[in-house]
Amino acid sequence: MAKQYETVIGLEVHVELATRTKIFCGCSTAFGGEPNTHTCPVCTGMPGSLPVLNKQVLEYAVAVGLATGCTITRNCKFDRKNYFYPDNPQNYQISQLYLPICRDGKVEIETEAGRKFVGIHEIHMEEDAGKLIHDEWEDCSLVDYNRSGVPLIEIVSEPDMRNSQEVIAYLEKLRMTIQYLGASDCKLQEGSMRADVNLSVREVGAEEFGTRTEMKNLNSFKAIARAIEGERERQIDLLESGEKVVQETRRWDDNLGESYAMRSKEDAQDYRYFPDPDLVPVVLDDDFLAQIRAKQPEFREEKMLRYKQEFEIPDYDIDIITGSKHMADLFEATVVLGSQPKKVSNWLMGETLRLLKEKDMDPEDICFSPENLAKLIALTDGKVINNSVAKEVFELMFEKDMDPEKYVDEKGLKTVNDEGALRKTVEEVIAANPQSVADYRNGKEKAIGFLVGQTMKAMKGKADPGMVNQVLREFL
Amino acid sequence: MKMIDMTAAELGAAIQKKEVTVKEAVEAVLDQIKKSEDTYHCYVTIDEEGALRQAQEVQKRIDAGELKGPLAGVPVAIKDNLCTEGMLTTCSSKILYNFVPTFSAEAVLNLQKAGAVILGKTNMDEFAMGSTTETSAFGVTRNPWNPEHVPGGSSGGSAAAVAAGECFYALGSDTGGSIRQPASFCGVVGLKPTYGRVSRYGLIAYGSSLDQIGPLSRDVRDCAMILEAIVSHDPKDSTSVPCQDSDFTSALVEDVKGMRIGIPRDYFGEGIDPEVKAAVLKAADALKEKGALVEEFDLSLVEYAIPAYYTIAAAEASSNLERFDGIKYGYRTEEYEGLHSMYKKSRSEGFGPEVKRRIMLGSFVLSSGYYDAYYLKALRVKALIKKAFDQAFAKYDVILGPVAPTTAPRLGESLDDPIKMYLGDIYTISVNLAGLPGLSMPCGRDAKGLPIGLQLIGDCFQEKKLIQTAYTYEKIRGAFGRPEA
Repeated sequence: MAKQYETVIGLEVHVELATRTKIFCGCSTAFGGEPNTHTCPVCTGMPGSLPVLNKQVLEYAVAVGLATGCTITRNCKFDRKNYFYPDNPQNYQISQLYLPICRDGKVEIETEAGRKFVGIHEIHMEEDAGKLIHDEWEDCSLVDYNRSGVPLIEIVSEPDMRNSQEVIAYLEKLRMTIQYLGASDCKLQEGSMRADVNLSVREVGAEEFGTRTEMKNLNSFKAIARAIEGERERQIDLLESGEKVVQETRRWDDNLGESYAMRSKEDAQDYRYFPDPDLVPVVLDDDFLAQIRAKQPEFREEKMLRYKQEFEIPDYDIDIITGSKHMADLFEATVVLGSQPKKVSNWLMGETLRLLKEKDMDPEDICFSPENLAKLIALTDGKVINNSVAKEVFELMFEKDMDPEKYVDEKGLKTVNDEGALRKTVEEVIAANPQSVADYRNGKEKAIGFLVGQTMKAMKGKADPGMVNQVLREFL
Repeated sequence: MKMIDMTAAELGAAIQKKEVTVKEAVEAVLDQIKKSEDTYHCYVTIDEEGALRQAQEVQKRIDAGELKGPLAGVPVAIKDNLCTEGMLTTCSSKILYNFVPTFSAEAVLNLQKAGAVILGKTNMDEFAMGSTTETSAFGVTRNPWNPEHVPGGSSGGSAAAVAAGECFYALGSDTGGSIRQPASFCGVVGLKPTYGRVSRYGLIAYGSSLDQIGPLSRDVRDCAMILEAIVSHDPKDSTSVPCQDSDFTSALVEDVKGMRIGIPRDYFGEGIDPEVKAAVLKAADALKEKGALVEEFDLSLVEYAIPAYYTIAAAEASSNLERFDGIKYGYRTEEYEGLHSMYKKSRSEGFGPEVKRRIMLGSFVLSSGYYDAYYLKALRVKALIKKAFDQAFAKYDVILGPVAPTTAPRLGESLDDPIKMYLGDIYTISVNLAGLPGLSMPCGRDAKGLPIGLQLIGDCFQEKKLIQTAYTYEKIRGAFGRPEA
């Protein structure tokens, strides 16, 4: 009988924190920007420069730690990780090894198999590196230090996951929690959330872990799932054919659907970690922790429960809306402005999701304000504009948050409620379409649709279709 | 009196009284540089043009009544490991032979606010690693008292320039004695402030947890005045401490009545030159006569200071000096194949032997498997040394002893035997390990005519007690004078 294998997975997740400035200097963390424009002597490691910790980094790291049930290290330190590479201007990275800010947490995940806890080994703070650009044409490499010094936290899980569903659920849970905290936007594609997968296999029932590999370059949940399946198979194949798994770092190529070895444990570097003497130990007092604790938001599970009680909207809508902190905030703020929850939800579930999908955007990227959505809903509620005009206006609002009231006014899109004008138009349409009139009178109910359309067209879409229908029937 | 024999305070006062113009002061010192620099080689960079331009600007601000401080218009020399915007800053290393910083060190900016005129950058041991200024990539500096002898180090260029009249005062840095020991060898006053007193921003780091910037001056008054100008709480340096008790000139009081002075017996044991011992003890007696309560005591752990220091300083240096890789600035080897070859060749060719020795030592003590046995143990020794000093300062206001076991050795004597050179730091390095302030001042000359230094050590942030004691002793001792040119 073939052996049965169990997969053991632990994750190292890097999350770029949403601070305005870098971890050890005042430079902007804004994405993009001409190369080396968001830089200063500190983040380019110029001789004589010194790092100073950005307090916001500490607050976010502690907030994530508290939200994941970690013990907060009250007296933590930064260490230097020494290695030579040009993207690292000092040739050491400031990180935490000996006393990371958070330890021993756990998060609850849910998969089809049920609920379980995944342990968090530690969370530590560190700085990002710059970016190397290889110019094949000139045969040289250039370095952009705009990313150098952008704050990261690395969340190291325990090897508690057993399959890709659990891994995805864990990552979703982390992402949701961190987004709710506002500590990061956690976008895998843009690299503000990056996951390295540590994976080993062992025979079912075995006590010892197998030899693990670390997989890098995983840019989407789908890639992560594929990489896990691929690596599981690769390791089982090795064991089945009597070979050994080598402890190494591998790089996943999602296009090829396979990985290749980057470096093995044998050529692992000695990073010569030691406490950074330029930074003083960070001492967290009770007040500081109490402040962070007080600022913890309502997380998704609590929000879902509350929505069920407060708003009469379907569970499916609740699931989607609370699936993005930004969308939930938008929903609640619009409701507070007086819009009916179901109507707000309809706009989010319908047009918003459609446009997000069409434009390949994340809910976090929605730019229109609750004020403007509330105004649009008020315009349709008051029958000031009809639904097709509303959709048109919404699409523009979605693109560049603009005031729908003003727009409707300026473009003259209000529904014409002038019955005299409508009657006159209807008369003209009837006169111009004798065939359709005859069809209708001969019992072809559908013909009225054409006449409604013609009337709407003549009125440049600004009539209320219900009213047009009513007046047409009257004349016919 | 010749202008270049004035103290900074005397010159500053004369400038305020319009007896001397800033230009005249700068010209006098440039004149002296022309006369003696070929012999002593105190400087890596002399910025004659810049100094004359600054003189003009500073004079304008003095005339407009904007600059009234005692240092306004007084020419200063800066150690070449302090960044100066737009001016070559080499750390006396080939690897930084062309490095021009984009910003100035906070201490330099503080001096400029006070109206200082920067003459140039002084020679030093490469990256401040050495005790003789012989490890400089740009040639040795010679002792103005006797050019056959070293000026000490690593701030040897600064100390020699002050002694030779090639500046009125200078800034140095002290990681294990690098201000106090050359001050002692060159017969000038040098002070290493409490760790955290002076911002390290813009000081190219050697051992970050030990480095401090401080003044080298003609007398104690100048020392207090300069210290007052350079201390500041700098938010750019996490280890900078909010200023407290920093009106140092107020401590220029001739009174040591009741001052409790402890003399560590351990500082007068094996290895100390009898002439040094006699001169230092004579200074202690003089203070006792003025009413100080002087007694001997046992300061433990002295023998562990050197290994602990060379472990910690080298460990930090091995990491601090990683950024010098030939990529962004500084020296890059001409021929290389690929990245690693460029790193290796640039660093092999760019660093001198003493720097390489310490990088290797530091990398070793931090490497996996040795970290606990060496680096962590050294940190524990450091903590114990601090505790030993805490106990001493419960009983004494000031600890008095020698700066170095001997006077300045002859050129070339030290480099052959690095261990012997390291042992010469025995009285200065525990002060850095404990983060304490230490002052060095001349207290006599040996039979060869070379200056002997007296060291006063204070508790953290007690520089004023050092200044008061030093000032009182200076009055007893009388003018020390400068070497004859």
